[in-house]
Amino acid sequence: MHFGLSEEQELLQETFRGFAQAEFPPQRLREVFDAGEGHDPGLWKGLAEMGLTGLVVPEAHGGAGLEILELALCCEVAGATGIPGALLEHSLACLAIDACGDPSQRERWLPGLATGDVIGTLALAEPDAECETADPWDPDGWQTRTSNGTVSGFKQYVPHLDHAGLVVVGLADGGLAVVEPSESDAASVRVEPQDGIDRTRPISKLRLQGAAAQPLPNATAESTRRILDAGLVGLAADAFGAATRLIQLSADYAKDRKQFGQPIAQFQAVKHQIARMGTEIEPTRALLWYAAHALDRGLEDAGRHAAMTKAHVTAKSVEVARDAVELHGGLGFTWECDVQLWFKRAMFDRSFLGTPEVHRERIATLAGW
Amino acid sequence: MDLQYNQEEEQFRAEVRAFLAGWPLRGEEASLPIAEQETLFRSQAIERGYVYRDIPREYGGGGQEPDVLKDHIVRAEFGRAGAPGSSFLQGPAMLAPTLMEFGSEAQRRRFVPPTLREEIRWCQGYSEPGSGSDLASLQCSAALEGDDESGEWVINGQKIWTSNAQNSHWLFGLFRTETDAPKHKGISYLLVPLDQPGVEVRPLKQMTGGLDFNEVFFDDARTGADCIVGERGQGWQVSRATLKHERNLIANPNLMRDHFDAVVDLARTTLRNGRPAILDPGIRQRLSEIECYVRTNETSNLRQLSAAARGEELKCMLPMMMNKLYSTDTMQRLMEIAYELVGADGLLAPSEADLAGYAKGEGPTGWVEQWMFSLGPAIAGGATNIQLNIIGERGYGLPRDQRPTR
Ligand SMILES: Cc1cc2nc3c(=O)[nH]c(=O)nc-3n(C[C@H](O)[C@H](O)[C@H](O)COP(=O)(O)OP(=O)(O)OC[C@H]3O[C@@H](n4cnc5c(N)ncnc54)[C@H](O)[C@@H]3O)c2cc1C
Repeated sequence: MHFGLSEEQELLQETFRGFAQAEFPPQRLREVFDAGEGHDPGLWKGLAEMGLTGLVVPEAHGGAGLEILELALCCEVAGATGIPGALLEHSLACLAIDACGDPSQRERWLPGLATGDVIGTLALAEPDAECETADPWDPDGWQTRTSNGTVSGFKQYVPHLDHAGLVVVGLADGGLAVVEPSESDAASVRVEPQDGIDRTRPISKLRLQGAAAQPLPNATAESTRRILDAGLVGLAADAFGAATRLIQLSADYAKDRKQFGQPIAQFQAVKHQIARMGTEIEPTRALLWYAAHALDRGLEDAGRHAAMTKAHVTAKSVEVARDAVELHGGLGFTWECDVQLWFKRAMFDRSFLGTPEVHRERIATLAGW
Repeated sequence: MDLQYNQEEEQFRAEVRAFLAGWPLRGEEASLPIAEQETLFRSQAIERGYVYRDIPREYGGGGQEPDVLKDHIVRAEFGRAGAPGSSFLQGPAMLAPTLMEFGSEAQRRRFVPPTLREEIRWCQGYSEPGSGSDLASLQCSAALEGDDESGEWVINGQKIWTSNAQNSHWLFGLFRTETDAPKHKGISYLLVPLDQPGVEVRPLKQMTGGLDFNEVFFDDARTGADCIVGERGQGWQVSRATLKHERNLIANPNLMRDHFDAVVDLARTTLRNGRPAILDPGIRQRLSEIECYVRTNETSNLRQLSAAARGEELKCMLPMMMNKLYSTDTMQRLMEIAYELVGADGLLAPSEADLAGYAKGEGPTGWVEQWMFSLGPAIAGGATNIQLNIIGERGYGLPRDQRPTR
């Protein structure tokens, strides 16, 4: 029995963290944030060189053959360093093709995804689904359909669409299909950018009207659920990283900022606020590890734990983010202050793939309550 | 991550389970008073090396090599069977490990075996009327009469909030022995018999209505010169060890899970708008959120345990510091729901039965008692604000409060 990380896993996090901090200092992050592109070719290339673009792709297809726990560990680093890019969405697309594609589809797409030459993303949520099911990411509400090698439907909140060469699209029965925008005729694939809250992770609407598509033959509602669950754990890990960064920023600022002739951290109200932020977040690291591990081993309670981490960690991260702004005073409330970079990150993690409320209801249902 | 137990550990678990098939007791033994049944079963469990595992045989323990994972398996299996394992009483849970760490050979031989058999029952005398959070300011004094060998400590002053003193034979506690030394260095850790003319125990009624804690008055009370644990003036360090055991006790994840399950049952059996309350969307949201806290507490404990088993505690210092606060906060949130489910019966006072011991709530007034009681652990063993200071200062390196006296 060992409830903890292996040396390799610790090393993976350290290496990635070192790289991200060196290549992507806060001023670079700020530039990307202001540009709203959410993509940095140099950074993506660096991730590819470290093998992170192929993290969950099997070795046979040129990837590292690692699992959801490693993906979550990388998401934590991405959240803490705030780097832009489609690491999570891309990895989920890889998982989808690997789990649900036939051998020729895997052979066709996975190597390019593994090297990072092709960026993958997912188009799942539908505008009307929210009214039907309370959650636009609930496959039960999807209306998108395939016929004769084409797909038609209306998706929204699709991340990183501008740079994606491959889009995994959710279908009405919970199945999945792959669209390659560059291979399709422009009229059948229409992209409408949405003004997203996290400018390092831009989102768009996607209208598909008879776009060329390849269904993934082994995709079922159940297998799609597992991809979504991996996404939930990844988002929770990202939010955990963002929250730890916000706590650190707040602690550093409180030690530095003086009022009434002393560092504000010496006021107990401030000290206790920071201690509480830490206490809400730090212990959940173990919950995250467990949830990722449960998915990797296909444990019975994996889905429920994915919902738990997503609901809990992202909700608490948003609370921490609000405290962090408050602790920075007027400065914290400005666009210039870096706190907002991680604040927005936490907001994205909270709402993407379903809000905490949605997943708490799922926790209750899965317990048979 | 590897949550599979290896063959040796699974074998061990199977042995423990087979042993636990003997609980509850059967036949003639089953008609003994429950306390006696527990003592009987526990002594068999010690004999088998399951309970008080790493205390050597000659001190009345299980005599096994320290092994956190086996400890964990034992706790989990005893918990599942509802069988009496390691006791939560102050003596076995707090004093015995402290004596094993700091006590003299003679003290261990004299006190540890009867403490584990619960023949000597102990209470903890730290707090005083003027010294709670600022414990090191304590004034209750002990002066040595005679020499180190045959002399006696003469004790004067008062302790307060002393849990279980009314049922105890001895008190372990902190006393000022070095009047000229700085605050933390003038304190010694002494063991004091309560059954003597110089000691008076007066019960204090708790706001719940219970009678679990007391005032203890010392008027020229005496204890042997050999009843000091550690050196003179070392009491503060010795007491930190006891406190560690106390906080671990409060953060026990198994206990929290039992309470959570009980509140879920309460929500199933309580009707709201003609339907079980568990179908109410608001209750579902809140129970789900609290289970996330409960599960976090469980997994975080497992992580710490696993780190301890590999000597890697340093990797989880932050969550370790947070255990006490995390669990007392979670318990209070949980009890808040229970109190809400009880509804208008919140007007009723706890019954005698509700107040007896640390039982789980049964019936509405039991929950009223539990809801009030959940405040106790948040105060005892270092109040919430003090935990927050520790986390802020030691965890996040924030500057210490300005304290006028040192
Ligand atoms: C159920 C129960 C059982 C107990 N059992 C025992 C026992 O067996 N043996 C024993 O010795 N003691 C026992 N205690 C006592 C317990 O350890 C003390 O109550 C506790 O340490 C707090 O001390 P106090 O009561 O003097 O409160 P105070 O120290 O006066 O604190 C009052 C309030 O002020 C806050 N406060 C104090 N100092 C600071 C600070 N520096 N910064 C911010 N806030 C501060 C505290 O958080 C608290 O909210 C028990 C208490 C309870 C409730």
